[in-house]
Amino acid sequence: MKVLKTYPDKCIACHVCESTCSSLYFKEDKPELSRIQIHDETNPPQMNVCNQCRACEAVCPTLALAMNKQGVVLLSRNLCIGCLMCVAACPIDSMRPAWGRQNPFKCIACGSCVKTCPADALEIVEE
Amino acid sequence: MTDRKVLAEYRYALHPIDKGYNRRSLYINLGSKEIKEKPVTDMMIDKFVGGKGFDLYLMWHGVKDDTKWNDPENEICISFGPLCGNTSYPGSGKSIVTTISPLTGIPVDCNVGGHFGPYCKFAGFDAVEIQGIADEEVIVFIDGDKGIVKIMTAPDEEINSHVLAEALHQEFAESDDKMQQVSVVSTGQAADHVLITCLNFSFWDRRRKVARLKQAGRGGTGTVFRNKKIKALVVKYSGLKVDANQPADLKTLQKTGLKLHKEIQAGDDSQCRMHQVGTVHLTEIMNDYDLLPIKNFKYGQMPEAKGLHSNEFRKLFTQGMADGCWYGCSLSCCKAVDQFKPRTGPYQGQPVCVDGPEYETAGGCGSNICVWDARDVVEINFYCDTYGVDTISFGTSVAFAMECYENGILNKERTGGLDLSWGNADAALEILHQMARGEGFGLIVGQGVRRMKKIFAEKYGADPQFLQDIGMEAKGLEYSQYMSKESLAQQGGYTLALKGPQHDEAWLIFMDMVNNAIPTFEDKAEALHYFPMFRTWFGLQGLCKLPWNDIEPADNAKTDEPAKVPEHVQNYVDIYKAITGKPLDKHELIRQSERVYNFQKVFCMRMGRGKRIDDIPPYRAVGPVTEEEYLSRQERYDNLLKEKIGIDPAGKSTAAKMELTRKYREDQYEQLVDAVYKRKGWTPEGVPTLEHLKNIGMDLPEVIEVVKRYL
Repeated sequence: MKVLKTYPDKCIACHVCESTCSSLYFKEDKPELSRIQIHDETNPPQMNVCNQCRACEAVCPTLALAMNKQGVVLLSRNLCIGCLMCVAACPIDSMRPAWGRQNPFKCIACGSCVKTCPADALEIVEE
Repeated sequence: MTDRKVLAEYRYALHPIDKGYNRRSLYINLGSKEIKEKPVTDMMIDKFVGGKGFDLYLMWHGVKDDTKWNDPENEICISFGPLCGNTSYPGSGKSIVTTISPLTGIPVDCNVGGHFGPYCKFAGFDAVEIQGIADEEVIVFIDGDKGIVKIMTAPDEEINSHVLAEALHQEFAESDDKMQQVSVVSTGQAADHVLITCLNFSFWDRRRKVARLKQAGRGGTGTVFRNKKIKALVVKYSGLKVDANQPADLKTLQKTGLKLHKEIQAGDDSQCRMHQVGTVHLTEIMNDYDLLPIKNFKYGQMPEAKGLHSNEFRKLFTQGMADGCWYGCSLSCCKAVDQFKPRTGPYQGQPVCVDGPEYETAGGCGSNICVWDARDVVEINFYCDTYGVDTISFGTSVAFAMECYENGILNKERTGGLDLSWGNADAALEILHQMARGEGFGLIVGQGVRRMKKIFAEKYGADPQFLQDIGMEAKGLEYSQYMSKESLAQQGGYTLALKGPQHDEAWLIFMDMVNNAIPTFEDKAEALHYFPMFRTWFGLQGLCKLPWNDIEPADNAKTDEPAKVPEHVQNYVDIYKAITGKPLDKHELIRQSERVYNFQKVFCMRMGRGKRIDDIPPYRAVGPVTEEEYLSRQERYDNLLKEKIGIDPAGKSTAAKMELTRKYREDQYEQLVDAVYKRKGWTPEGVPTLEHLKNIGMDLPEVIEVVKRYL
């Protein structure tokens, strides 16, 4: 299983990872459209990201969610009908709704944010 | 691939839906082979909303006052409602089927899941109206991707649903990975021979790789379908997306849906366990409260009922599946038994997927006939579905026959050798196979309770009064599976229901009997006004009732009116506005239903029914018919004599006490009817007043013309 591992003790809550992610996938620099979310009300910050547990896959009525060979749960945009049952089923709130749009979204462990994180608080690992 | 000839073809322009409406319906006449579009007018939307409202409006103008179920002009209408097919809010994929019922002679309406309704809607129609009788066996195919409707020959050998539906999914899907883009309506062999039949609406289960079947169960819709020589209706649609309804406000729709998804995720395991067991979670609750029908509704509780405990079904249901009958239903109550091997009949030993059983099937085909083995219930369920038999009417009809057997009205000679002792699952299954083969005593049972009463009185000299007392039907339709003896409100909920005694208008037993929340006649009448209207609304919109109160918000008990589940009522107001863009509040919601409800009432009157006498229950639904019933709950009934009637039961014979009880209970029922009619705006004879019809906006000239005949 391929997972984006987080190190909250190193996180400086600069939110660069969120900008990188939302800009890459939505072409907008908006934290709510990022697949990783940093909540800096606490110290250290909470770093919320998908752990590829597959709870979402189990409830998907169209089999739009499936784990690939690399061990990452991916959403098929063709099959998804936007019901958001996966969002409710996610035990750590890492499947996110995009209001007014078709598909929810989640971290697919692409590693883009790892490259831009200035504090080495993120890492792609095999588990 | 089956070799089919195209008998008629109609091409229509595809266009996007506008805020839940296509603004056209599809008309098909199988006799003349005419296929055409009809406009859906502003008047239809304003007064009839959609779903059952459109069905009844179209049928009203298609049939005559004296149309019988098997007349060519009788129609099968299937409509879906403006909210139907949204993938955001749980329980949004329902079709509503109406026809003139062979059992009741008046319109019957059934609310059914499966993908047919949403796909027809996205194919371009707000309703499908089928009239006429075909010259030869046909299927109707609606291609929602290309905009083509075809009537085609149907040389298919198998008509039983689990075979035919699967074959048609394979035939009409573009490829094996697109089977989910097809849905089929079919029935089965029994619908060629008997009246207590249903239609099966399919959806393709991608995990199980099988066509699942949901039932438009009540009133003999399958028999009308086969009388028209239809083997199946097929629809194909491939463009489903979250905004297929073109809602006015997608964001609000999504947010309201997600709120309920989360509520279900958090609460279902500790509330109704719909995910795990579906509606059979009710069997043990009903047994605990003396409400589970046993031996033709004589009793409500027996120790043997532990055999039908939901945990027994849980062992059979495949767990951990997304079991919704439409996309986006996280309540996911439609459970299935996989790889079930029937021990009887033509499919003996062949592994099949069985939908359910639902509670009603466990009650009707289990406890009510004393079949206590969950696997036997599953087998009866399977054959009922695939033969096209309604499990509720089947259960109540077999229970009636078994009680007649117990009383010597029937014997082996009269049943063709069948031993109809309580609990004989083999005999119940054989009756079912006979219905499919069109032979033997199954043909008698398949006529339903009302006709059996007549046959047994005329042919075997049985006491008509006794048959009337124990025959659990009203208006010609068999009762569904709850005991109403100790709940006056539920006696009304059942027997005042327009189509016949089905629990979908009102289920008030706990409010009335357990919580004593509606003690006076006026309280009961208010509940028998509000809940039937609220529940009618689901049928106007294309929604399922279950996500309304089979999951409740955590703080629901603290609200002013917990029985109404106020937060969920507001959800419905919100999603209606989000999809249609029209204004609505909880009061106008009820008013929408009131218009259609009263229209349906007047429709029944137009067909010569809908009178006060049609709203009278058999005494078995009201109190103890036999001494053994009285004696089994003697303390309860004796106390009632003392406390409610003011008569000391000491020293009185059981027969005398039963007579006093009956007089009291029947009088109570009549007083209830008076109060309910008054609350509904009807005369003491059950006729909607002209003033009431005007107030609610259902004063169409054709409606007034019928009502005036009765005033």
